[in-house]
Amino acid sequence: MSQEQVQNDNKVMTKKLFVVVIIMVAFGFAMVPLYDVFCQITGLNGKVNGLAVYEEQEPDTSREIKIQFMTINKGNMPWDFRPVQTEIKVHPGKEYEVLFAVKNRTGKKMIGQAIPSFSPNLTAQYFNKTECFCFNQQILAAGESEEMPMRFFVDKDIPERYDTITLAYTLHNVTPDDEQVAAK
Amino acid sequence: MADHKPKGISRWLFTTNHKDIGTMYLVFSFIMFLVGGAMAMVIRAELFQPGLQFVEPEFFNQMTTLHGLVMVFGAVMPATVGLANWLIPMMIGAPDMALPRMNNWSFWILPAAFGLLLSTLFMDGGAPNFGWTFYAPLSTTYGPPSTDFFIFGVHLMGISSIMGAINVIVTVFNMRAPGMTLMKMPLFVWTWLITAFLLVMVMPVLAGAVTMMLTDRHFGTSFFDAAGGGDPVLFQHVFWFFGHPEVYIMILPAFGIASAIIPTFSRKKLFGYSSMVYATASIAFLSFIVWAHHMFTVGMPVKGELFFMIATMLIAVPTGVKVFNWIATMWRGSITYETPMLYALAFVILFTIGGFSGVMLALTPVDWQYHDTYFVVAHFHYVLFPGAIFGTMAAVYYWLPKWTGRMYDEKLAKWHFWLSIVFVNLTFFPMHFSGLAGMQRRVPDYAIMFSDFNMMSSIGAFGLGLMQLLFAWILIKVCILEKGEKATDRVWEDAEGLEFTHLPSPAPYHTFDTPPKID
Repeated sequence: MSQEQVQNDNKVMTKKLFVVVIIMVAFGFAMVPLYDVFCQITGLNGKVNGLAVYEEQEPDTSREIKIQFMTINKGNMPWDFRPVQTEIKVHPGKEYEVLFAVKNRTGKKMIGQAIPSFSPNLTAQYFNKTECFCFNQQILAAGESEEMPMRFFVDKDIPERYDTITLAYTLHNVTPDDEQVAAK
Repeated sequence: MADHKPKGISRWLFTTNHKDIGTMYLVFSFIMFLVGGAMAMVIRAELFQPGLQFVEPEFFNQMTTLHGLVMVFGAVMPATVGLANWLIPMMIGAPDMALPRMNNWSFWILPAAFGLLLSTLFMDGGAPNFGWTFYAPLSTTYGPPSTDFFIFGVHLMGISSIMGAINVIVTVFNMRAPGMTLMKMPLFVWTWLITAFLLVMVMPVLAGAVTMMLTDRHFGTSFFDAAGGGDPVLFQHVFWFFGHPEVYIMILPAFGIASAIIPTFSRKKLFGYSSMVYATASIAFLSFIVWAHHMFTVGMPVKGELFFMIATMLIAVPTGVKVFNWIATMWRGSITYETPMLYALAFVILFTIGGFSGVMLALTPVDWQYHDTYFVVAHFHYVLFPGAIFGTMAAVYYWLPKWTGRMYDEKLAKWHFWLSIVFVNLTFFPMHFSGLAGMQRRVPDYAIMFSDFNMMSSIGAFGLGLMQLLFAWILIKVCILEKGEKATDRVWEDAEGLEFTHLPSPAPYHTFDTPPKID
């Protein structure tokens, strides 16, 4: 094989390999949506599937499941944040409403975002929220307080082995910075 | 043909010669090895006794982080690239690497990358302190300002490795001498070819991960930030999708080295050549589907844990094939124990111990106890130090006479080996016990019940550190002081491979300008 031919082959192959590199960079980023889709199908990371609609149904009164509520302030989030009831007992198939109390203790307007997490993880897919403050950001003025509702029902086909579900909300400070808040 | 080479500093800056670039890679990796080793000395000094003695906990965290990063990306990986540069063209009868200018570039990016990384030590807020795995949110929300230097450093290391890997693949596919079929290539070339494919596949994913970190830190995205709808666990998936193949990137070249050295000193052909090739390829394939075994405690469903457990344990099969083949190669051979052979033997035995603790860690139920303990530290140091690094040292002793034309000081080398073997085990073996008893990694202090094991580990580590200075002296004697017997062209009795059978010692600056004849 002549020298030019080898050099030409080298060029072609190098280009092909750089295409592989670019595909793998894209794959690295594609893992983000793939992961979300995967978690939504399997309910693995304890995320809920957005807003659910409650259809009138006969509750399963033979079962009682304990729902515990926890609140966590992320980092130095300076709000008071606590569940009004720390736990309730529910029948699968019946809709309930609970309240979470929140207060902005600071002297300025702030924005918070609560992120839910279920334990055990896999119960997330049986926990349907028909209304939740976690679907929106909370904007509280200085010193303002609020009682935020969360309405939910537990699926009737939740496996027998689950008798307790712990729902933890982590409140994050997502206030961008002072000017932007003022502009809102 | 005259051996014409340019002189002075520009020879090294602008060189496109695979031997020069290989030398620079090896020297660079040895310097990084000493830098990372110095950090290990700080860690072991602090852990010599319980309580805080020498450094602040914050600085201790920076040391564990940088020790890991420097050793993985600065010492082990460039050392194997250096060996690839020196050896692959000679082994396949090519005049040089296929892309010599890219080769120069991929080396010279590295000093810049590590300049960025190590400069963080002198910055306000200190160097990265989140461990070499840089899990979010430690590295995003809580990372020190210097994290951005780390990110760009990793980008550069990635670019360098990708270019180096592409060079190897193109060289192996296009530059082989006529008659050098794929299944005739020495195993070192095979294992490096497979390593190069792993690099091309996973380094871009790592680059993606650090880019996401960068945008999370500064541009308002929330890939790994739960507050914005992201997920920190996603970081661990992306990282280990890179990280697990990465461990094979570090060890496969050493497999190839052992497969070259053991037959020479057993005076037999390598047992099961083709099964070695297929085993290497299977290990590479499996390495892509086992990543979550690093994350058993993150909260996975039982089915996921079972899958990753079984897939991980499956890796023991091709690895077992390789170990079996090395032992079968020695079976009834006329073995002599020159230093390269000693290192290769230690590699086989101690790497296998590291493999066993790997199988233990693969068992999900017990991993819950071992996770993030010194048992893990013992495991990966057994596969990396007496695995990858002993492999590299074996290679240096084995091919040094071919590179320089001189034999190293066998007596000193034997001292280097025997003391290293004592110290390496003294350092890392007690870590199994302290880990099983529950000592956590990456913590500068520990309960007093771990004192004895830690003192042993520290004494071993200081000895091991000194051994590297002895190694440096052995190399200086041969390479700079030019002392030592002249090596024969074959170097070792009946050594196989084009570099021994077709080339004089030292190997001339330009080799195989006309391809060799291969029977």
